[in-house]
Amino acid sequence: MNDSPHDVSNRALSNLDLETPEKPYLDSNELIINMGPQHPATHGVLRVILKLDGEKVLGTECVIGYLHRGVEKIAENRTYTMFNPYVDRMDYVAAVSNGLGYCEAVEKLMNVEAPARAKYIRVILTELNRIASHQLWLGTHALDIGAMTPLFYTFRDREEILKIFEKYCGARLTTHAFRIGGCQYETYAGFEKEVKNFLTFVAPKIDEYEELLTTNRIWIERTKNVGVISAADAIALGVTGPVLRASGVKWDLRKAQPYAAYSEFDFDIPTGTNGDTYDRYLVRMAEMRQSLRIIEQAVNRIPEGPIMAKVPKIIKPPVGEIYHSIEAPKGELGYFIVSDGSTQPYRLRVRPPSFVNLQALDTMVRGLLVADVVAVIGTIDIVLGEVDR
Amino acid sequence: MAEEAKPPVPPPPPEGEKKPAAAERAAPASAEAAKPAAPAKPAGPVPVSWTSPLVEKYKGRYGSGLDAQTYLGQNYFAVDRSLIPDILRLLRDEEQFDYCVDITAVHYLQREKQFDVVWILYSFPRNQRVRVKTQIADGASIPSSVSIWATANWLEREVYDMFGIPFDGHPDLKRILLPDGWKGHPLRKDYGILQQDNEWVQINLGIESGQ
Repeated sequence: MNDSPHDVSNRALSNLDLETPEKPYLDSNELIINMGPQHPATHGVLRVILKLDGEKVLGTECVIGYLHRGVEKIAENRTYTMFNPYVDRMDYVAAVSNGLGYCEAVEKLMNVEAPARAKYIRVILTELNRIASHQLWLGTHALDIGAMTPLFYTFRDREEILKIFEKYCGARLTTHAFRIGGCQYETYAGFEKEVKNFLTFVAPKIDEYEELLTTNRIWIERTKNVGVISAADAIALGVTGPVLRASGVKWDLRKAQPYAAYSEFDFDIPTGTNGDTYDRYLVRMAEMRQSLRIIEQAVNRIPEGPIMAKVPKIIKPPVGEIYHSIEAPKGELGYFIVSDGSTQPYRLRVRPPSFVNLQALDTMVRGLLVADVVAVIGTIDIVLGEVDR
Repeated sequence: MAEEAKPPVPPPPPEGEKKPAAAERAAPASAEAAKPAAPAKPAGPVPVSWTSPLVEKYKGRYGSGLDAQTYLGQNYFAVDRSLIPDILRLLRDEEQFDYCVDITAVHYLQREKQFDVVWILYSFPRNQRVRVKTQIADGASIPSSVSIWATANWLEREVYDMFGIPFDGHPDLKRILLPDGWKGHPLRKDYGILQQDNEWVQINLGIESGQ
């Protein structure tokens, strides 16, 4: 790793004082360029101001907020029930995870627990959504780097997950699948069979994606040793999710502080070693397979019983505050809710994984080439709806 | 079964909309539903004092400036503002709270010290969470913790943007989600949900209003 060309440039950079260049300004080739906010490779309206020396990145600044809708302010002016669909609009490619985190946080605040059957349904749908989110990430990330085929493969297969969502709750993306206290909908007839069919359908497809990329020379050249972040840096920057795990930190909230029914399933936490773009790719591929394992166990053991806990019709949590977080496909998604005993949250704070992970972009791209910035933005896996809220 | 109880309740949206009136009228209907939850309430909601070696240590050092409580199994310190950079640094250096999950604030308009600033911390080695809270008055500043956790940079910028709380020693304290020239801090309780900086909208977007 130390012999890579990128590392050499990093070392050279550390001697260079960015704020006060020793050389006269005109002699250096410093250049400020603007990437985005309307740029196909920034996955939404992200604007990155790049400070360049030729093609080498000296520093970056992210300008965000183009999609700011004031989700937290809206929460203070809606009842707990009415706010539930809003959370789907943050990370809209993993809406089910957002809903799970929100419902569990409010349940915790009210001191109620969803019934076992509801928990299993939640796990199945959330893990399906994790696969869908990773598929979308893989397709668009590979497209950014120049491999077009994976996009068609992943979108073709993601469709099968969205069909299950549509049959379950009528919506494909912003699902609003869960309610405070459990699930509103019982599984449809043939749900188990369809999920099992999906498992046998998608397992060889994941191998297919890997066949296209894992040993592909262009893919390796573009991703190995690109956007390296050490475990220490990742922890200091609060990075979570696959990005943290690819740096070698074996930490997943589903294992560390299990929620829903995750403590009942057998699965591994895939980790990487180098913390580069290639390792993050491998970690996410392995995570999809682990999700399949979880779904398989859940769908085979799904218990009978009610799907809704005894929750009052009017959600009125007692005065107090709670922080609850889940492992969303992008990292730790947390809700900090302050209740004043009324039907509306007094304050609701979302701890968005994309926002915090995006902060690490600067650390990851310094010393790389402009083309690598595109690869690194893709590998962090951000959704601007969640960054800006 | 719960799902069978669903169809007879077709209008769930208005349930909370007219809150007090609807609550009283719906009382007889939802009495059975509300009652089972009611006895559970006293069990959870009271914060109890949190005792652990960690708390003893810091209580011994800081005395009355620090209060440790547990609510629904979650631990938090309510500390005096003057302890703020020190206690955060000690929690990282001595107690291995190496991951700053989130920094946020809560606005209490009626209170003399209007803001609660909240740090949510997590320790990888201990697999433990703790919250640190402090109260500050409107206009008062709070020391930045960017030198303790690099992640505090954007989190503090967001608190500044949304609440107008300045962080002393922050390397680049400016708005993050709202545009630089925006007036007002939207998550304050005296900022209306429909309120906006009309002047900014007119100058920069060339439209009369964003509403």
